Amino acid sequence: MFDDELLTLDDFSVTYEVEPPVQAVRNVSLSLRRGEILGLAGESGCGKTTLAYGIQRLLKPPAVIASGSTVFHDESGVDIDINSLDAAALRAFRWDKASMVFQGAMNSLNPVLSIGDQLGDVFQAHRPGMSRRERIQETGDLLDLVKVGRNRLRSYPHELSGGMRQRVMIAMALALRPQLMIMDEPTTALDVLVQREILDEISQLRQQFGFSVIFITHDLPLLLEISDRIAVMLEGRIVELDTPEHIYRSPAHPYTKRLLESFPSLTGDRGAFIRDGEPAGARS
Amino acid sequence: MTTLELRNVSKKYRIRGSKEMLALDDVSFTLESGKTIALVGQSGSGKSTIAKIITQLETATSGSVLLDGVPIPRRGRALRAYRQQVRMVFQDPFASLNPYHTIRHHLERPLRLHKVVPAAEIDAEVLRLLERVRLAPDLVERRPHELSGGQRQRVAIARALASRPGLLVADEPVSMLDVSIRLGVLNLLAELQRESNLGVLYITHDLATARHFSDEIMVLNSGVVVERGAADDVILNPQHPYTKQLRDASPNPDVLFAKTKGASRA
Amino acid sequence: MSFFLRRAAFYLFTAWAAITINFFLPRMLKGDPITAYLARNQGKVSPEAIDSLRILFGLDNPKPIWQQYIEYWGSLLHGDLGVSLSKGLAPVTAVIADALPWTLGLVGVSTIISFVIGTGIGTFIGWRRGSRAEAIVPIATFLSTVPYFWLGLIVISVFSTTLRWFPASHAYSKGTVPNFSFEFIGDVIYHSALPAFTIVLTSLGGWVLGMRNMMVTVLDEDYVTVAQAKGLSPFRVMYGYAARNAVLPQLSSFALSLGFIVGGTLIMEMIFSYPGLGLRLFEATLAKDYPLMQGMFLVITLSVLVANILADVVYAIMDPRSRQEAAS
Repeated sequence: MFDDELLTLDDFSVTYEVEPPVQAVRNVSLSLRRGEILGLAGESGCGKTTLAYGIQRLLKPPAVIASGSTVFHDESGVDIDINSLDAAALRAFRWDKASMVFQGAMNSLNPVLSIGDQLGDVFQAHRPGMSRRERIQETGDLLDLVKVGRNRLRSYPHELSGGMRQRVMIAMALALRPQLMIMDEPTTALDVLVQREILDEISQLRQQFGFSVIFITHDLPLLLEISDRIAVMLEGRIVELDTPEHIYRSPAHPYTKRLLESFPSLTGDRGAFIRDGEPAGARS
Repeated sequence: MTTLELRNVSKKYRIRGSKEMLALDDVSFTLESGKTIALVGQSGSGKSTIAKIITQLETATSGSVLLDGVPIPRRGRALRAYRQQVRMVFQDPFASLNPYHTIRHHLERPLRLHKVVPAAEIDAEVLRLLERVRLAPDLVERRPHELSGGQRQRVAIARALASRPGLLVADEPVSMLDVSIRLGVLNLLAELQRESNLGVLYITHDLATARHFSDEIMVLNSGVVVERGAADDVILNPQHPYTKQLRDASPNPDVLFAKTKGASRA
Repeated sequence: MSFFLRRAAFYLFTAWAAITINFFLPRMLKGDPITAYLARNQGKVSPEAIDSLRILFGLDNPKPIWQQYIEYWGSLLHGDLGVSLSKGLAPVTAVIADALPWTLGLVGVSTIISFVIGTGIGTFIGWRRGSRAEAIVPIATFLSTVPYFWLGLIVISVFSTTLRWFPASHAYSKGTVPNFSFEFIGDVIYHSALPAFTIVLTSLGGWVLGMRNMMVTVLDEDYVTVAQAKGLSPFRVMYGYAARNAVLPQLSSFALSLGFIVGGTLIMEMIFSYPGLGLRLFEATLAKDYPLMQGMFLVITLSVLVANILADVVYAIMDPRSRQEAAS
């Protein structure tokens, strides 16, 4: 029951304090189980990225956490109220307990630092006892783990392909063996073949290390394949939260239905496409 | 009936002085009125290069491009006539419209340039175009930043159709739009294609929409057409290993849940 | 490696072009003044001097133009830039060599100090955007628009005339013979205090604003958010992620400003009577001392080139992307 819970969000809200104020996340309550993959589906502007940033207190002004609590149930038994951590405690919490794989690895890597340096500074910040040789060993291991290869430690981001950069981001997120990984559109900019490889790797790593994943994307068919549960977000609220099978077979909310219909089936029926002239309730 | 034929088209790029990259290798196909052909490929496959060659932003290194049997013109009045016949819709609805100009301006330009209608009828024609793409007439005085992504893309389509072309090249027309809007825009394109008997080249990386939106599919891998055929055939019964790979890599919940059909969840 | 070779080739070519243009320019002067000068001062000019002037300026030279060109190069490579008409026929190279160290020393050091302090302040303000540190921005803007001579005169008036803390002119006390003793060096530093202070103050604003603006831009980049998400210390994020990227355009500006050190500090030298190149160039212009002017132009051109080379090298070191011009 509660032993099983990793993260509890209670009545969580984020507001952009502009004129007029915008409620980006509205009263989201959610509990994430240990080892679970939760898919967070929605289109641009629905608040999914804001929610992800909000959980880790990465929001930049004018976004503020307006209400609610985020509690992380550490495997040691301690409950951590993320909102009440002070600056130093927050820095220690970040990446160690929960890490993030960011969208668009194009710009997520520092262009003037080598891959090894960027992976290494995580250890410098969180494991100050490590020697330089240990760091090089560890960062090399990470790159081998995600199949980029330790020979890339001295490379720079612009020398790597999009797929490799994304793998480096995943390696970076894994560095401290966190209990939670939040992935924000990690495969969106990538080819379908590379995407499949990376998804398989994530799945393998998850089996190996047992972390939970919040997987954020607009690609609902993808979530249907990989998630244990899916939360559909619209205008800051979670409008449906259920297993993939239920969502696929009997979606409750009209928006979920609409989202499902936007993805024509690859091998099945036509669905809402009216290529040959029969109307099927398409909207603009 | 308009036809655009690519015959044995190859394109080499020179990089860093001495190295050469073969972007397209002996590609041939024919685009004709009334049919939609999907060009499916991942990044680096050469699909954008084909679009550039058709719209003459690039020239083929070898092979020929023929419009109605005649090699496409490169200069002068003949080139303008070509551009009137072959139009393009671009991927990025944010970048393909000039933020400085009103929608009216965007739609008037091709009308004036190609003298589609007499000057007195231009205003009416602009409104007619907007209606065809299902946009409200009061949008004419707006500027692009006041419109949503889906609306902008519809304006881009209207602009492409303004010159009453025979052929349309749509380069990833919906991949930058919100998911729930894509359907509407693709359906619109399909409808317009039927109404005007256009020939459409639909360039995409998405197999599913390629299947449902086109009559024929060509699969492009590293500049080579590895498979082509009727849309349903290529997707449901692929012959080439690359096509099979693409199909298997695409998320397909129908197959996933068909396996568990009948089994109830505890 | 090929990157450096290509850049080296480019600079060699530019240097050659500058020198060649320097060769042709005086030959395009109508009724050239050198001949006039020599006509007036017949007998006072040594044959070697006339020869070197002929090589540099043409002067009814009977030799074919390509031969003159070769002789020109020969004379340049021997360090012979002709003789200065206004400085008692002293070799131009000597006149320049006399003034150059003062300019490089004072202005070079001041520019570097200004850059370092300004960039540091700009980094800090940019990092703390939205806080009270922002009050420095209008001050920096004001400083960057202050005319040099105005500030120079005020500084002299306050610190020299009124407070008598620092001397108002010259590089060293009158009557001293330049040498390398500590005493002399101390004297030099003492005399350079006011001009250096004025230079630093007037150029500070530009560096502060430039760096601050770049910091603000870079802080919005995704990789900075990632750095914060990784739980890195604020200092590490500010320095290693934000400043390292924001400083790149600053470096280019810095290199360019280095290039202008050699010829661009005329006003400072006039106000403080500082024996630098700017003042010499000004005097040469007034006296129509063409050999000296030409020699100085050449030196200025070449030093701008050298500054550019430095900039390229530093930029290539700091920004790994620039080493590959056509990256995949």
